[in-house]
Amino acid sequence: MPQKKIRVLVAKPGLDGHDRGVKVVARMLRDAGMEVIYTGLRQTPEMVVTAALQEDVDVIGLSILSGAHMTLLPRILELAREKGLGDVVFLAGGIIPDEDVPALKEMGVIGIFGPGASSEEIAGFIKEHVKKN
Amino acid sequence: MNLDLVDRLLSGDRRAAAQLVTLMEDGGPPARAAIAALYPHTGRAHIVGVTGSPGTGKSTLVYELAKEFRSRGKTVGIIAVDPTSPFSGGALLGDRIRMQKLSTDEGIFIRSMASRGQLGGLARATGDAIKVLDAFGSDLVMVETVGAGQSEVEIARAAHTVIVVDAPGLGDDIQAIKAGLFEIADIFVVNKADRDGAERTYLTMQMMLDMGEGNCGRDWRPPLLKTIALQGEGAAVLADAVERHLAHLEGSGQLFVRKKSLAEDELRRILGQELLDRLMERVWAKEWDSLTQGIADRTIDPYTAADTLLKAFLGGVALEGTAEGEDHDPR
Repeated sequence: MPQKKIRVLVAKPGLDGHDRGVKVVARMLRDAGMEVIYTGLRQTPEMVVTAALQEDVDVIGLSILSGAHMTLLPRILELAREKGLGDVVFLAGGIIPDEDVPALKEMGVIGIFGPGASSEEIAGFIKEHVKKN
Repeated sequence: MNLDLVDRLLSGDRRAAAQLVTLMEDGGPPARAAIAALYPHTGRAHIVGVTGSPGTGKSTLVYELAKEFRSRGKTVGIIAVDPTSPFSGGALLGDRIRMQKLSTDEGIFIRSMASRGQLGGLARATGDAIKVLDAFGSDLVMVETVGAGQSEVEIARAAHTVIVVDAPGLGDDIQAIKAGLFEIADIFVVNKADRDGAERTYLTMQMMLDMGEGNCGRDWRPPLLKTIALQGEGAAVLADAVERHLAHLEGSGQLFVRKKSLAEDELRRILGQELLDRLMERVWAKEWDSLTQGIADRTIDPYTAADTLLKAFLGGVALEGTAEGEDHDPR
């Protein structure tokens, strides 16, 4: 009996150790029926992309509160495309100033969710953008 | 498309390996076609199961063991199973957290699997995922089960070598006696051996082994080892034990016996599922409805109802290719 599930990798790249938010999001998405792979803190871009590839995920959600998003996110996107993961949906969360949002969206981080984003918003966005079945 | 995936897998394409595992999880005819194509390339990997209660340190131990085997020049595939929520159908898969430092090693492939409602400690597709990583060329495929209680013993039907991990402070010797887990172990590990009570846990398990509990084949007594996985202590000794067990299986001819028995279990399981699916396809909704209503109303008992359906189903199927007079052992 086929059962397809949306698979999401959530990761914290870079050096900040604030993982409360990412854990809350992981749980939200689990409760929305998704399979969520959490890889822990202090991930290098290589670690994030390798995990995404091995886990064959549909979505990569990255939580950054350190301010390094304009360095880390482009690097991760570039690596992901190199590895053939161009069709993965990229989301970012954490502390991302409004003025950076257009540039990130341009790069391919199509969903950006800051503090206060609801479960319905995030899960709804994912379900809308991931085509399964 | 799927056969192309298999070709890519066999040429060492990691993305193809990942996509094939997903295909196995999704199941159905495409998964079967892929299995048929890759099956001739399987059977080379040593399949090692790691099981034990939640929090005994299975993930960390798998990580240390994988690292040890990498240093011995082996490639390792890891399948880590975590539970699916029975309410939302979602899952939080966190085993990779303990395996971070290995994640970019080219000789390692780690895949998390959600149990998706399957009981027994594994996912329905775990057996097929093992085949994918086997065909991919992994020397070892390590399977970490869902945190197991007393009856999650499916791993014994999937692995050549089963490591049962215990840790101090989880229960007295009665827990160990009643646990089915005890009977499937080829190797015992007391992890967190630096914690209070570790010596007691160790002695209890040793006593159980002396009393002949455990999966003692005629000539294999499961070794009992101490590890402190978090510090990497004991990983080399454990890896030695895993290798010794494989050598024992090969030397004694038991590897063949075990593979045959795994094959029987697998065929039986597939047949059971297939027969049920096909029978259900043939049963008319009306008939199903009236029988189930009858069971609920107590006008027919469930066994008789099942018999009715089976007779109708089996009556319509001729056993082809069976020469007359040939003996058939009933199974």
